[in-house]
Amino acid sequence: MSFSIKKQGEVVVVDVEGQLIVGNRQELKQKVLDELEKGEKKFLIDFSQTGYIDSSGLGVLVSLSKKIREQGGELRLANLNDDLQTLFELTKLDTLFQISDTRERALESF
Amino acid sequence: MGESRVAFDLQIPSDVEYIEGVVELARQRCRELKLSPTKCSLNVPVALTEALANAILRGNEASGGKQVRVRAIISDTDLVFEIVDEGPGFDLDECTVDCTTEENLTREEGRGLFLMRQLMDRVESFRNQGNVVRLTLHRG
Repeated sequence: MSFSIKKQGEVVVVDVEGQLIVGNRQELKQKVLDELEKGEKKFLIDFSQTGYIDSSGLGVLVSLSKKIREQGGELRLANLNDDLQTLFELTKLDTLFQISDTRERALESF
Repeated sequence: MGESRVAFDLQIPSDVEYIEGVVELARQRCRELKLSPTKCSLNVPVALTEALANAILRGNEASGGKQVRVRAIISDTDLVFEIVDEGPGFDLDECTVDCTTEENLTREEGRGLFLMRQLMDRVESFRNQGNVVRLTLHRG
């Protein structure tokens, strides 16, 4: 499990490799908040290398989305596989986030 | 449930770092049983993670001296996980929140029990030498 962060244009792109669960969610949260504090506004989390997400992981995404929006920024998501898409639909979080099929489409959407 | 066998029976410390290892073992059993890919990669991992996290963080309050027991039981029809903590237990219906309502959608917490019940065929909570949460998933 790891999170890698890089900048593509004006967008901070975070790759989640492995699971996003109760044991590592704080690490993701802190990494994104550090970038927000530096003044970054546009965030994309790419789940193409993600296994599963639990309720804590979903909660962190909701929390980050709120904090980023409060600072005038935006958090978008990309590359949910079928299982993750099901998870977002079950919890109706698919209505809360802007989700793109690919990283490229997500980057273009900002 | 007919004839059944124990697939694994483990005790883990009350630390969330142990969850992933248990879940990986459960996924291996699911693959051996030839459960559907979605059950192997979504239903079981997420529901079991939720149950273990609840047991560690709420039941045992992450207390180092307390243990969580997790058993997997396989029958002809079902895969059952029993997660036992040392806490006082809880009322499943009272504690389950509908996280999809407008007022709950933007809350950070409160999706765990909801997800367990969505992803398993049956979820039970009762007391038997500790607080037991039993997750049942039909194999078919």
